[in-house]
Amino acid sequence: MTIATATSIEAVQDAVRSGQAGMRLLPVAGGTKPALSASRREDVEQLDLSGLSGILEYDPAELTLTALAGTPVREVAAALAEHGQYLPFDPPFVAGGATLGGVVAAGASGAGAWRHGGVRDFVIGVRFVDGTGRLIAGGGKVVKNAAGFDLPKLMVGSIGRLGVIVRLSFKVFPRPLETTTLEFAFDQFDQAVAAAIRLARGPVELDALEIVPGARVLARIGGRGDTLASRAVRLAGTLDAASSRHEGDRERVLWDDAAEMRWLQGGDALVRVGLSIRQVTALDAQLAAIPGAGVRYGIGGTVAWIGWPPSQPIDLLDTILSDLGLSGMVLIGPSDRALLGPRTGGVFGARIVQALDPNARFLEV
Amino acid sequence: MPSATDSIEGLRELGLGKRLLTEPAQLAAFGSDGLTAFNEQPLAVVLAESTEEVVAAVRACHAAGLPFVARGSGTSLSGGSVPVAGGVVIALNRMNRVLRVDPDTRTAVVQPGVINLHVSAAAAEHGLLYAPDPSSQSVCSIGGNVAFNSGGAHCLKHGMTSNHVLGIKAVLPDGELVELGADHIGSVGPDWTGMFCGCEGLFGIAVEVTLRLIPIPEAVCTSLAAYDSLKAAGDAVARIVREGLLPVAMEIMDALAMQAAEASVKPGYPPCAALLIVELEGEQEVVDSDRVVLDALLEQSGALHVHSTDDPEERALIWRGRKSAFSAVGWLSPDYIVQDGVVPRTRLGEVLAEIDRMSEASGIRVANVFHAGDGNLHPLILYDGRETGAADRAHDLAGQILRLCISLGGSITGEHGVGLEKREYLSLMFSADDLEMMHRLRRAIDPAELANRGKMLEVT
Repeated sequence: MTIATATSIEAVQDAVRSGQAGMRLLPVAGGTKPALSASRREDVEQLDLSGLSGILEYDPAELTLTALAGTPVREVAAALAEHGQYLPFDPPFVAGGATLGGVVAAGASGAGAWRHGGVRDFVIGVRFVDGTGRLIAGGGKVVKNAAGFDLPKLMVGSIGRLGVIVRLSFKVFPRPLETTTLEFAFDQFDQAVAAAIRLARGPVELDALEIVPGARVLARIGGRGDTLASRAVRLAGTLDAASSRHEGDRERVLWDDAAEMRWLQGGDALVRVGLSIRQVTALDAQLAAIPGAGVRYGIGGTVAWIGWPPSQPIDLLDTILSDLGLSGMVLIGPSDRALLGPRTGGVFGARIVQALDPNARFLEV
Repeated sequence: MPSATDSIEGLRELGLGKRLLTEPAQLAAFGSDGLTAFNEQPLAVVLAESTEEVVAAVRACHAAGLPFVARGSGTSLSGGSVPVAGGVVIALNRMNRVLRVDPDTRTAVVQPGVINLHVSAAAAEHGLLYAPDPSSQSVCSIGGNVAFNSGGAHCLKHGMTSNHVLGIKAVLPDGELVELGADHIGSVGPDWTGMFCGCEGLFGIAVEVTLRLIPIPEAVCTSLAAYDSLKAAGDAVARIVREGLLPVAMEIMDALAMQAAEASVKPGYPPCAALLIVELEGEQEVVDSDRVVLDALLEQSGALHVHSTDDPEERALIWRGRKSAFSAVGWLSPDYIVQDGVVPRTRLGEVLAEIDRMSEASGIRVANVFHAGDGNLHPLILYDGRETGAADRAHDLAGQILRLCISLGGSITGEHGVGLEKREYLSLMFSADDLEMMHRLRRAIDPAELANRGKMLEVT
């Protein structure tokens, strides 16, 4: 694997156009999801976009932001925070150096996606270089836009295989002034799942809802301080279960740790699996039988973050997921093995790939 | 070239009986949609009742090289469901079942002919609702909402249709059935579902759609603020955004639009130059707290009059006035064009002043109704088609307004789609390479360009 760098959009186009026959480009930047950015294949050339960085447009009154793809999310988050705004989907590995392009390409949303939606729901515009080196724009810079195909959404989860994302526009939201989190503890995992299902139905609107090891449920609420305390009491009363409350710095650290995946054991692979909360119990039973495997269920039980021990072959997880009909993406772990379980998109996806990358300049989807 | 009779032989073989319409009198009803400026006579109409029938009909069209268009309620405001002359309409109104509502996953699986409001009606017993609410929600169908990524008044907080579509079972233009997405928001891999939404039918026909539901908000409060100018109302919107409030909707109507609404559903709006409607929803306690902040902001913003209500009947009347604005304009003018441009929300004041100037210069009346929170304008250009050249002048003005939106960094359409109507303006927003890519994507899915030919993209 060789490495090239691009600090301008033109350089990205050149890199795509000038590649040797048979060589495939793999766009990389922050390297926070190494299973997606590294390759042992000799026919793969990394294209480092960390230099393609910077916020291009941000007007707080617009609630939109446009930046180059290699811009670190933490830079964007800091700019937004100055005006009390944020990217509500809590992308993972922000502190670790995740970039906007990487977040979109991995389609990875974190805890806050429960309330307002994931990265797919906030990306409104994209520019990317297709497999022939052409610069293509989709969407725009306004929050409501029905003109042309929704290419911004197509790029979400495309892991650099449909084009090299070079520029992105997002809608952003006002950030809750304060947050607080209730932790509910149960004897059995099934009770925790049932509790999460109950909490998802309201009436208290949650900013985040997760099932974490030890049959515990974390429910986060945000808003103005004048209502938060009584809402927390109401939330606690929604369930007939013991709860404790996390506040202040301790509460923020709790969620920052989750976003940085600090619970992951050193050496473990990290796999993101999409599922419905109905499938959580079945997956959990399978994982419970694997020594050393850990898992947290985020976004109301629609994402399983699996910590897979190095002692176990990743093929075993592939089999478990395939048997359950679940698709997964490896973010940390063995390279050249990004996708587990059934592939998505079918013939529709295959035809889209053919249109975007006719000469196979990017990795196989 | 096969004769017309030969080309629909494949459709006849499906054994649909009276559900294959071929008589001119039967076909006439399918020639046009919500945008009555376009009318084309199809060769045949298939009234499909199942996924299998849609697959079979599409295969027959594909085999015969017949262009086809899927049609639900025919409410498109961009000519999206107008057939190609000599093509086939695949009508989906009979595929109108809500297949299941799952309260535990907060999802509903529906057929494409289900009326938008019926999804929420089916979900209500579980305390859930389907958020996207186009003004035509009492008649428009989910298939069309998906194809055109419809919006509505409550996009500010909830987003557009595609933000609420989790999975789609679709018939591709060659009759192949594919399943995209899932029944949750955590899907892995490229967002094929998101790509299918808003394709204006060019990628095929959705036959089953999995929708995200949200809990019915515990409290809703609607505030009306009257202003002496559109600019003042627009500035109030910017102030609310700056304050960090996230209303579920912010709408503005001008005097002419209010006059139209008053003539039809009589919402009793306060007399003023510009009316701002702001809606808060959520937990009772949060709405109560936000309402205090909002009312203070509205008072400070120079409103002549502020009134807020949580009375369901009063709220319903306020929204009936707003949502009827398009059709109500019929009381003021025999003909009108509805535009759907978008501008960055901070440019609203500027664009409204310019539209006003254009209206005066051209002598054409323009009523303004818009989703101010999203920067989505709906100028209603009033004209009398019986006057020579009036329609052309109105279309010229519509074009000028779209160019203005683009020059300010906006879009030619926020929620109605490109359809037939705005096809010529797509090149104002996108480069030749961008458009070529759209054609390439379309041809990759549909080499013969049969599915909704002529919409969004020019025929190649």
